[in-house]
Amino acid sequence: MIMAEAFQFELVSPERLLVSEQVEAVVIPGAEGEMTVMAHHAPVMTTIKPGVVTVKTAGGKEERYVVFGGFADILPSGCTLLAESAVAVGDIDRADLARRIQDAKEDAADAKDDQSRSKAEQFLAQLTTLESALLAA
Amino acid sequence: MPSLKDLRNRIASVKATQKITKAMQMVAAAKLRRAQEAAEAARPYSERMGLVLANITQAIGGGGDAPALMTGTGKDDVHLLVVCTAERGLCGGFNSQIARLARDHIRRLLADGKQVKIICVGKKGYDILRRDYGSMILERIDLREVKTLGFVNADAIARKVIYLFGEGGFDICTLFYSQFKSVISQIPTAQQIIPAGVASAPAEATVGGNAVYEYEPEPGEILADLIPRNISVQVFRALLENAAGEMGAKMSAMDNATRNAGDMINKLSITYNRQRQAQITKELIEIISGAEAL
Repeated sequence: MIMAEAFQFELVSPERLLVSEQVEAVVIPGAEGEMTVMAHHAPVMTTIKPGVVTVKTAGGKEERYVVFGGFADILPSGCTLLAESAVAVGDIDRADLARRIQDAKEDAADAKDDQSRSKAEQFLAQLTTLESALLAA
Repeated sequence: MPSLKDLRNRIASVKATQKITKAMQMVAAAKLRRAQEAAEAARPYSERMGLVLANITQAIGGGGDAPALMTGTGKDDVHLLVVCTAERGLCGGFNSQIARLARDHIRRLLADGKQVKIICVGKKGYDILRRDYGSMILERIDLREVKTLGFVNADAIARKVIYLFGEGGFDICTLFYSQFKSVISQIPTAQQIIPAGVASAPAEATVGGNAVYEYEPEPGEILADLIPRNISVQVFRALLENAAGEMGAKMSAMDNATRNAGDMINKLSITYNRQRQAQITKELIEIISGAEAL
């Protein structure tokens, strides 16, 4: 297989910088669908939904991180992912995930108008998809 | 005149106090290091957030679709002050400095005929402000139970503020906290977070901004998502700076206390020795004069 060109990828959560390294490809759960970012990608800025970010490092390793919303800033020279909260898939805390789902459920129930309710329900749906995806893995 | 026994007790108690302050200083030093690390670890996120924000505002070009959180309500009648202080005392002038800044600000606003609302984060600020402005305090947020400050804590505060703004509870929100400069210097700071002054983003922040971005979804929508998050980040940064500042202030306060206790022990020991000497002399005189009388 031909080695793809590497580019700089950074995964940042408010608490710390999780990843900053040369990677070949990153799969990002964009708000409007998953996207794979490789070197020389056109500049895009997108919000991301809760999901799994798959990072293929220049060394050929594959790492997976769970992110809970945020956004990605993609430039030809690199990609920065600002996640609201991010953990490596191996370290995911099921109880924490369950708590988030519970919170989302309450948010959906408490929503005052249709717009915020549909938003909360959408978020809840994304979370449950994520949970089932993780359970399957 | 205290007796020898009294002096001995005093010295023992001051020594015990010194041990405590010394221990507190060391604990503060360890916590300070951790707080500093946390503050440093959080820096990349807020920096990049600033970059992204600058890029996107440039793209929108101050168009009419900027969210209200950015442009404000167009009035400045009701001010919300979020005053962040420590949960515990024994850290020198740290809390009172922040409270003083907030109080000056409140006084100025009230003199201008504005309405003031306060949210206190941390017990100490609440205790100080309650005396004069108790009726203005909307809420007191307690972080005492929080062991390690997480983004969720900041997010919860920011959400409350944004919710209030949505309800039309205030026009301008200012965040009060202490900027951590060094162990001996923390600078109380007032920072306006709503409406967010993005215009102050540094010029070099737009490097790479000449590229034409594609936005998914629309820029306005992203911005609407981004601004509240940015407020959370600002609050988070303030809390982290405060945590580091508190520990720094505590460390130097306890260092001073330890030194003062040392001085006190020295002085007391001198008095003690002098008195002991005086007593020995007195006893000798008694013996000698007794012998002479024989």
